[in-house]
Amino acid sequence: MNNLDHGTPAVTSTREVTLTIDGVNVSVPAGTSVMRAAVKAGVMIPKLCATDSLAPFGSCRLCLVEVEGRRGYPSSCTTPAEAGMQVKTQTPKLAELRRNVMELYISDHPLDCLTCAASGDCELQSMAAAVGLREVRYGNQGANHFAAAKKDISNPYFIHNPAKCIVCNRCVRACEEQQGTFALTIGGRGFDSRVTAGQGESFMDSDCVSCGACVNACPTAALIEKSAVKLGSADKAVVTTCAYCGVGCGFQVEMKGAQVVRMTPWKDGRANEGHACVKGRFAWGYATHKDRITKPMIRAKTSDPWREVSWDEAFAYAAKEFRRIQDKHGKNAVGALVSSRCTNEEDYLVQKLVRAAFGNNNVDTCARVCHAPTGYGLGQTLGTSAGTQTFKSVEKADVIMIIGSNPSEGHPVVGSRLKRRVREGAKLIVIDPREIDMVTAPHARATHHLKLRPGTNVAMLSALAHVIVTEGLMNQQFIAERCEKQAFDDWREFAARPANSPEAMEAVTGVPAADVRAAARLYATGGNAAIFYGLGVTEHSQGSTAVIAIANLAMATGNVGREGVGVNPLRGQNNVQGSCDMGGFPDIYPGYRHVSDAATRELFEKAWSVNLQADPGLRIPNMLEAALDGSFKGLYCQGEDPAQSDPNTQHVQAALSAMECVVVQDLFLNETAKYAHVFLPGASFLEKDGTFTNGERRISRVRKVMQPLAGKADWEVTMGLAEALGYPMRYEHPSQIMDEIARLTPTFAGVSYDKLEQMGSVQWPCNDKKPQGTPLMHVDAFVRGKGRFFNTQYVPTDEKVTPRFPLLLTTGRILSQYNVGAQTRRTENVQFYGEDVLEIHPHDAEERGIKQGDWVGIQSRAGDTVLRATVTERVQPGVVYTTFHFPESGANVITTDNSDWATNCPEYKVTAVQLVKVEKPSAWQQRNAREDEKQKRLLAGAKH
Amino acid sequence: MITTLQPIFARHQGQAGSLLPILHDIQHELGYVPEEAVPLVAQELNLSRAEVHGVITYYSHFRRTPPGKHVVQVCCAEACQANGSEALAAHAAKRAQKGDVTIEPVYCLGLCSIGPNIQIDESELHAQVTQKKFDALMDELGDAK
Repeated sequence: MNNLDHGTPAVTSTREVTLTIDGVNVSVPAGTSVMRAAVKAGVMIPKLCATDSLAPFGSCRLCLVEVEGRRGYPSSCTTPAEAGMQVKTQTPKLAELRRNVMELYISDHPLDCLTCAASGDCELQSMAAAVGLREVRYGNQGANHFAAAKKDISNPYFIHNPAKCIVCNRCVRACEEQQGTFALTIGGRGFDSRVTAGQGESFMDSDCVSCGACVNACPTAALIEKSAVKLGSADKAVVTTCAYCGVGCGFQVEMKGAQVVRMTPWKDGRANEGHACVKGRFAWGYATHKDRITKPMIRAKTSDPWREVSWDEAFAYAAKEFRRIQDKHGKNAVGALVSSRCTNEEDYLVQKLVRAAFGNNNVDTCARVCHAPTGYGLGQTLGTSAGTQTFKSVEKADVIMIIGSNPSEGHPVVGSRLKRRVREGAKLIVIDPREIDMVTAPHARATHHLKLRPGTNVAMLSALAHVIVTEGLMNQQFIAERCEKQAFDDWREFAARPANSPEAMEAVTGVPAADVRAAARLYATGGNAAIFYGLGVTEHSQGSTAVIAIANLAMATGNVGREGVGVNPLRGQNNVQGSCDMGGFPDIYPGYRHVSDAATRELFEKAWSVNLQADPGLRIPNMLEAALDGSFKGLYCQGEDPAQSDPNTQHVQAALSAMECVVVQDLFLNETAKYAHVFLPGASFLEKDGTFTNGERRISRVRKVMQPLAGKADWEVTMGLAEALGYPMRYEHPSQIMDEIARLTPTFAGVSYDKLEQMGSVQWPCNDKKPQGTPLMHVDAFVRGKGRFFNTQYVPTDEKVTPRFPLLLTTGRILSQYNVGAQTRRTENVQFYGEDVLEIHPHDAEERGIKQGDWVGIQSRAGDTVLRATVTERVQPGVVYTTFHFPESGANVITTDNSDWATNCPEYKVTAVQLVKVEKPSAWQQRNAREDEKQKRLLAGAKH
Repeated sequence: MITTLQPIFARHQGQAGSLLPILHDIQHELGYVPEEAVPLVAQELNLSRAEVHGVITYYSHFRRTPPGKHVVQVCCAEACQANGSEALAAHAAKRAQKGDVTIEPVYCLGLCSIGPNIQIDESELHAQVTQKKFDALMDELGDAK
């Protein structure tokens, strides 16, 4: 499935040069290589070490050309096109040189093309054909492909076979230039040169992060996917969008019939531009995992065995239960959660079902527990609940500030973009309690790491603002033109207060004032400054305040509204942006319009032919509270797992147990399904059409490559349920749902599947004013008119360390696992990370007699659990850290129900805990394991 | 390890392109560049382990295992080869099996007209070395384990 390879990367230049290649005139931007210019002229110059994702290298000597008036045979990949150049790519002399070079390559390469996994997709094979290789005078007894060429099969997804290696360096360069990990090198010299991982260890033992860039770059079968080796070559490729994180990488799914052969990053995907990570690239096996539930099931009580039923029976049962509950407990006794993993169209349908068929506004999304503060904070200050830039805009940044985000683990493709920009010379400021990978990445070391105490973001951001205000580092012109004066004056006075100075805040944040001052100066005066932030900002009691404080910094320094600057929230899940955009909130309709707004409500009432409620409905935590009070009895939960992902697990479990009808729609029998009465099987992203919206507001197509395993895509399931509730919604295809969204939502008015087909993807707002979408927001004015500053008073969280709970636990995630792990735990990614562990500083460990690998009991006021300890200086003394990818870890048994004051986003990032060395799992874990076994038995009974 | 490396790092603080000088200093100090030094050098210079490993293995000068008590370099460049250094090197390798001496090839010691040549412990040059002369030099060195 080869795409056209231009040989060297595109160059942007306003100056064009015209040259002649094989008699064809061609104009290209100055600085373009002769090789790339030739492709434009329709001439393919033979090449092996060149590929357009990597800087030219000039080592293979196949791409030699003749240039009139110049001596010798320059390599076309490293020779820039010049005006008036006369280039010949095919002459008898060049043909002879190329054949000679090829002979040398082949003299040291196995001649097993027919049985080689790369056959038909091998550049060496194609080039041998292109140069007309007919004999190898040196024989083919070269030592490399016989002696000591041991295959490395340690990585679960690809093999390294040095026998097939031509040492073109593409893998090494891909690891360096694209991924930024520098895990590979060429070891030895001369005939002994070998692609080597780390210090000569296996790929698995090296620093390799399994992003697959090297595999993609390899022109032969030296690095190749195990799936391609096993299955052979694909017969078609379909472009789609990754269903993991909020970066929204474009992929080509290579298919052989209904079987996925491999997924390769799509070069024209604007979010990723041909790069990928271990999750999207390789961890798609969950889609056909044996644990998939493919039949609808019902049961009257959660202690009953599941019973497989027809779709119609499942819909009828669920609808009857919801109506019974509403008749008995009132209209508002039921609600739904829309999924951040499903498509925009599916999310739209679920909120439509709630509003039109349930007749209330009880709909929420898991954005509640991640980026709700972003929606609130950026909406208040700038006027739009989303990031301001494209990811690509970082190529113009001079200073990058990362706050509460671990991009190389959580958003790896963006992480690689950031590292690349830092290697090009941009300065990096990291504000994080842990020493994340970005702090010390090879060739991309952070200039400042402000290692603050968990829960003190607002203190830190106010201290940065203080320096900018009091040292005269503001962009006065920008503020005067673009921001509300009164609010700014108030904020300036607030920020300048001595209480907000870095010196005063030092005791709170634990960061030396001098470092804070230096970082503030760099951000304000270092040129284009871009802020990237994540859940380390939002998941706090002052999450919304911190988002506002970030917007304040950007406005005060004029870092909004052009390329290279801005405020970039890194969204967690593939369509968490979309689930918010589609009105997956109890108070807003699609396009962020409040339910109390009469005009908008009338628009939807007319379109949906129903009366709509003007009062906001319940948020997730309110639903849970109401369930415990007995006033909320029924939940339709689409593609979300609150029993694992939401804080204070025991509280969530109690609330779910108190409900009378829980309908779970998911790929797997997840934790929440243990409390469910109806199970509706979901469809993976490979089984349906639709769109996802990523963290840069980019709407991209998801394309169906196989039939839904359970017979219905998720949008069809919601339609079935709506029909059974007596509110039929009929669509033949998701494109019709998008047409309805576009009709009813001004920011989506110009979006259609035809446009997406044409443009590949589009960033909202997309309408008559911006028919091609909006890569950059707030260019001439803020969406809300004038930007608005807000004072951001630091209020310490109630979750404080005490003698009883002397340590702060903070949570995060790891590269190879995704969120609750339902997908990645069912792939070979468990080989990279098979259990959640607790990171603890050596001092704290020693004090408690805890050693590497010990079982440690973690107690908070909410509960306790047991994890294995990893002793590391990555965390600071007084702070411990874990991930929440495995349900049996019970990480959220410990987290509390503290939450953000504005949005109820849980304070996952700060929990006061105590640790003790223990011998066995906690009582909750033992109970949970027993319940797990029981539910598995109840499932086994379903099949008859 | 870090206590050995710290003074070396200090000497080259801020120096551009200091990887090779640092590796030379480590080998000078320890006789070789240990595996455990690689991550520390990488961290110091903000490189990856692979990059440092690549440089060490590219240059035959850098040893990755501790040498014997003495290091004898036998010149294997063209002029010495013409004067029988290949046979000398084979002889040397055989004798070294018994003793605590590391034999290494070297490419030109700058005495091309009077080869084959060897150098002992990177300080002492000997020209026109026959196998007999080699054995005598080794006896003198006390090469036995």
